[in-house]
Amino acid sequence: MGSTNAMVETERLIVSTSPHIKTKDSCPKIMWSVVIALIPAGVAGILIFGFSALKVISISLVSAILSEAIIQKLSHKKITIADGSCFITGLLLAYNLPPSVPWWIPAIGSFFAIAIAKQAFGGLGYNIFNPALAARAFLLASWPKYMTKWIPPRWYPDALSTATPLTVIKHHLVDAVSGATILNIVEEKKFMHTLAFYGKLFLGDRAGCIGEVCILAIISGGFFLLYKGYIRWYTPFTFIFTVGFLSWIFLGNGLFNGDWLFYILSGGLFLGAFFMATDYVTTPLTKKGQIIFGFGCGILTFLIRKFGGYPEGVSYSILIMNAFTPLIDRYTKTRKFGLVKKLKS
Amino acid sequence: MLIRNKFPGGVHPLTCKELTRNSFIEEIPPPQKVVIPLIQHTGAPCIPLVKPGEEVKLGQKIGSAEKYISSPVHASLSGKVSKIEEFNHPLLEKAPAIFIEKDKNSDSEMVQQKNPDDLSIEELKERIREAGIVGLGGAGFPTHVKLSPPKPIDTLILNGAECEPYLTCDERLMQEKPREIIKGLEIIAKIVSPERIFIGIEDSKRETIKIVKEILRELRLDGIEVSVLKTKYPQGGEKQLIKAITGREVPSEGLPFDVGVLVQNVQTAFAIYEAIYKGKPLYERVITVSGKAIKKPGNYKVKIGTLVSDIVEFCGGFIKEPKKIIFGGPMMGIAQWSLDVPVIKGTSGILFLTEEELNLEESGPCIRCGRCIEACPVKIMPAYIALAVEYKKWNIAKEYSPRDCIECGACSYICPTRRDLVQLIKIAKLRVH
Repeated sequence: MGSTNAMVETERLIVSTSPHIKTKDSCPKIMWSVVIALIPAGVAGILIFGFSALKVISISLVSAILSEAIIQKLSHKKITIADGSCFITGLLLAYNLPPSVPWWIPAIGSFFAIAIAKQAFGGLGYNIFNPALAARAFLLASWPKYMTKWIPPRWYPDALSTATPLTVIKHHLVDAVSGATILNIVEEKKFMHTLAFYGKLFLGDRAGCIGEVCILAIISGGFFLLYKGYIRWYTPFTFIFTVGFLSWIFLGNGLFNGDWLFYILSGGLFLGAFFMATDYVTTPLTKKGQIIFGFGCGILTFLIRKFGGYPEGVSYSILIMNAFTPLIDRYTKTRKFGLVKKLKS
Repeated sequence: MLIRNKFPGGVHPLTCKELTRNSFIEEIPPPQKVVIPLIQHTGAPCIPLVKPGEEVKLGQKIGSAEKYISSPVHASLSGKVSKIEEFNHPLLEKAPAIFIEKDKNSDSEMVQQKNPDDLSIEELKERIREAGIVGLGGAGFPTHVKLSPPKPIDTLILNGAECEPYLTCDERLMQEKPREIIKGLEIIAKIVSPERIFIGIEDSKRETIKIVKEILRELRLDGIEVSVLKTKYPQGGEKQLIKAITGREVPSEGLPFDVGVLVQNVQTAFAIYEAIYKGKPLYERVITVSGKAIKKPGNYKVKIGTLVSDIVEFCGGFIKEPKKIIFGGPMMGIAQWSLDVPVIKGTSGILFLTEEELNLEESGPCIRCGRCIEACPVKIMPAYIALAVEYKKWNIAKEYSPRDCIECGACSYICPTRRDLVQLIKIAKLRVH
């Protein structure tokens, strides 16, 4: 080396197919960017609900990382916790939990997400369902008591309004509700439709899951990913638009006067649309497919909210659409270049 | 009027052209020995016309093309034929080749009769064929065949896009020999008589665009239009270039003449000029030598048959260890396993890339991000073809039309888990009919 006549040891030359250069955007880089994009929503959750939220997030994260490492170790695979994907799962699961759950809920949930929903299917890239959402569904089915117990933001003096806005609306519309809550609803009714009310929803001043309440934080993370080109707008936009549009038509007194803004801002729609319906592995590959996916999620969310037993339907709608992803992919192939008629010779 | 600068997909790799962009074309002196493969083109190999021990002169035809789709080869050195045997080939691994050792003091050029301008179309084509001209963009398809399309041509495009990173030889040639290139282009135009003529150049080559436009104005050639193209890989791909300039889509598994278009590379046009105006057969060309491992990267005029080792020596050797030696560009070029490989007609560049330039990360599982589909300029779905190949599901692979793949490498380049998509699609191509 160094001298002009220096030749190269040809045995050390690498021979492989083209291309020989690769983009700097790697899988870990994308995954860690998603983790960064998720931070604002988590910080907001901690600010709103206090120490309990921080506890849930930490336990969920640690459990996800340990589960991934242990399972990969036991199955003699390369340990890939550094790629960041288990961090996303751990965060997303925590963000989908009420802040008041006991400590073992996020621990078991993250273990389920990683062990069953991800690794049992073959690990990163092979899972059919979004791991965090599959775990949430598992937790909701197993311990509904803890999963539907809500606490208000920490600055509220009492625990009067211990229901999410969607629960309040749901029960008012469907069930006979106890007197105390009716009063509460009447109070809220007066307050509804005011700018301050939407502002509260937008900033996260309400009961709900840790990561879903602060829309502002979710949007800033989501826009960061859009700006970096790591996600596309097709699914989130279609998803939110469909829910808003259907709510406007069908969820008011009579047709076409539903409070669409309320319905898109309350519940987990933004978190789901920006961070879970955009998960690469479990959603369609093409633009057309992603629009169909978002549309399907939107319709299902609306149907579950309107007719289902749960007040919220975002996670189930995404899980159901996850199952349709292979089918959507199959029917949304790209139009290949050059599908034109040849000129006659 | 025209739909410009638009072809679907594409990627933006670092161009790395600044390594050589401003180096003037320098001639590498004739080496002591050249090795001239008898096949340097698409089509049938040449039949050797000389025997070991025979004296040859620079420019003498030493391999003849018997078949129509073939192209003769010429001596790039005056000297003695030492042997004819199998030797390393940059594309085919091994191929028969003629070895010429340089004479001590003979540097004489074969005297070839120079002919006037008023040749008939058939005579022009015959001269181009006899000069051994093939597509110099890399494909190596015999030019005389391309100049005899079975369908009428209404649009002629000169391909000056040079979208491959690192390569700057076409750009340099356009800056240094624009008149000659345009004269070559006019000969092509005379042969195929198109209605419209374009010179396609990427918008990052501002200086070149300026020079070419000035020459066209000076020569009062209003019929030739410079088409400024968006800098995006693979802008120089034939089908992508045609789509960008004319808006026409070459049919799947079809050829440019199916939409009435003929595309020629700038170096091919230059070779045609030299063959017709100077009677000079194709025995040398301009290549880019680049990469961070070589001491003196630049643009060099080299004799066909020059070995890489001689070029390395002329360029001052290595300053870092090259991890890959590539013939062509980094996106579509071919990695070599030896320095004893000759430059052939289709060699546009030789790259000596270091480990840091290469990114040798291991490949991982598909995370279904869909970037390969966005990047694919022929709009097939690399991710699915690759998965089908990995599971040996050939009938599924076939559904995704792997045979439309132009092997541009955009999908593998953009893949965040470094999957070898092009390689897997190539396997599909071999198995799917």
